[in-house]
Amino acid sequence: MLLLELAHARSGDKGDTANVGLIALKPEYYPHLVKHVTAARVARHFRGLITGKVERYELPNLHALNFLLHGALDGGGTVSLKTDAQGKVFSTALLRMEIEAPR
Amino acid sequence: MREAGRPVRIAAGQGFWGDWLEAPYRQVTGGPIDYLMMDYLAEVTMSILQKQKSRDPATGYAKDFVPQMARILPLLAERRVKVTANAGGVNPRACAQAVAAAARELGLGGKLRIGVVTGDDLLPRLDGLLARGHDLKNLDTGRPLREIRDRVLAANAYLGAAPVVQALRQGADIVVTGRVTDTGLTLAPMVHAFGWRADDWDRLAAGTVAGHTIECGAQCSGGNCGVNWERIPDLANVGYPIVEAHADGSFEITKHPDTGGRISVAGVTEQLVYEMGDPTTYITPDCVADFTTIRLTQAGKDRVHFTDIKGRPATDKLKVSLAYFYGYKAVGTLVYAWPDAYRKAQAADRVLRRRLQDLRLSFDAIHTEFVGADATHGSLAGRATRFADLPEVQLRVAVRSPEAAPVERFTREIAPLILNGPPSVTGFAGGRPKPEEIVAYWPALIDKGVVEPCVELVDV
Repeated sequence: MLLLELAHARSGDKGDTANVGLIALKPEYYPHLVKHVTAARVARHFRGLITGKVERYELPNLHALNFLLHGALDGGGTVSLKTDAQGKVFSTALLRMEIEAPR
Repeated sequence: MREAGRPVRIAAGQGFWGDWLEAPYRQVTGGPIDYLMMDYLAEVTMSILQKQKSRDPATGYAKDFVPQMARILPLLAERRVKVTANAGGVNPRACAQAVAAAARELGLGGKLRIGVVTGDDLLPRLDGLLARGHDLKNLDTGRPLREIRDRVLAANAYLGAAPVVQALRQGADIVVTGRVTDTGLTLAPMVHAFGWRADDWDRLAAGTVAGHTIECGAQCSGGNCGVNWERIPDLANVGYPIVEAHADGSFEITKHPDTGGRISVAGVTEQLVYEMGDPTTYITPDCVADFTTIRLTQAGKDRVHFTDIKGRPATDKLKVSLAYFYGYKAVGTLVYAWPDAYRKAQAADRVLRRRLQDLRLSFDAIHTEFVGADATHGSLAGRATRFADLPEVQLRVAVRSPEAAPVERFTREIAPLILNGPPSVTGFAGGRPKPEEIVAYWPALIDKGVVEPCVELVDV
């Protein structure tokens, strides 16, 4: 299934790094996201689209994961030539990920 | 005046310079509030303002702020609503004088005190600081500022809530600042109203989280929200957020009655993770807030309750935001229509790149996107076969160079493609693209002791 069916997301920028906050649509989906949406898997998902590494942080109270995608914005801010220079729609790009269905 | 025990209501009136002009007026008139918080400064805004000030020393602040204030000043005075705003840019004194002049014209002479917070502008001190060993190296790349010193256009330390609190204590009704953090503008009224100590880290962190939640205006009250987005009511009439803060550090986010939008745990959570780094370590001049400690509950319709927020001591550094001249860029676009819209746009891109190469133009980067196909999601948007039958595709080519000349020449290579490239092309009514100067951002840290915030008062 698509991650879109289990989570919502918002993304933004810090220099050349895009952050994607991924939030479980229901609290019971959160452990499933923690298990399956790993930094390594997100790095594979964005292969070719980012030049740096992916870091992941957990916010269990908020049923959310925060991903930092380094080298995602062609230099970022005003330097970037991308339409999405501020990483605003990396959120929905992550929600395209195929993921195992929770039991 | 606020009675003891009642929460302090802090309303967000502007999430960035360019935000909805109606929002401040609606926040002041839609119901009771104690403070109106207005955030104007993005990372490169200061360089634009610095450039304006170099041409005219009476400018260098967010000009929109003055008519905004003129519209609501009589209401603010009547309802005892105070304002915190970083609209002062690189010239807070001139901004305060302009607001004072507007107030006098409205007959508010003798009724208003404006606080002015300065001390953030490090541009005049930059060489002295470098000479004394503050190398202001780039937080992201580690490179020393010396490499780009001659191209620096602005340098501002981020000040925290403290000088804003000081202005409020001295009776300011409107506090106009330079580069005060977005969160500090919301935290300051709480510190002032509740008398929180400068080392009450949990409460300072709570006020900081409140500030982060409302600093982007309606982005926490239904705007740009992905959860059941089509069912968010009446965005045309969206209510901007209001913090209802309590002395113990707990608070609610809500909005005025009879406004559109939605305040839900899901929507507020989206805003909490926006532009987030390490959520355990959200560093401000006031404290280090731990976003993983936040507990949220839906406390009623359009009302989310925040509790249990923990903080740690502030660091001994301040962040400095520098802006420097980087080079030039330009973006050219053309629209290709069915049939074979995507393949025609690809072919046009190949022709364009070949011509740029034959002209021996050198660029740092040439970036091509096909808007309507894969501009925003790249290869994740699917295989090219999915784009075979698109009704239209916009070819968007952007170039970047330290020199103006190749960028200027590039802008003349777009229009010819209409008659000498692939067919069924349109969308060029805007004319030749304009080269733009790139002002880039350079984040750094500096010792806190070096920066001295200053508070002045202007009585109207």
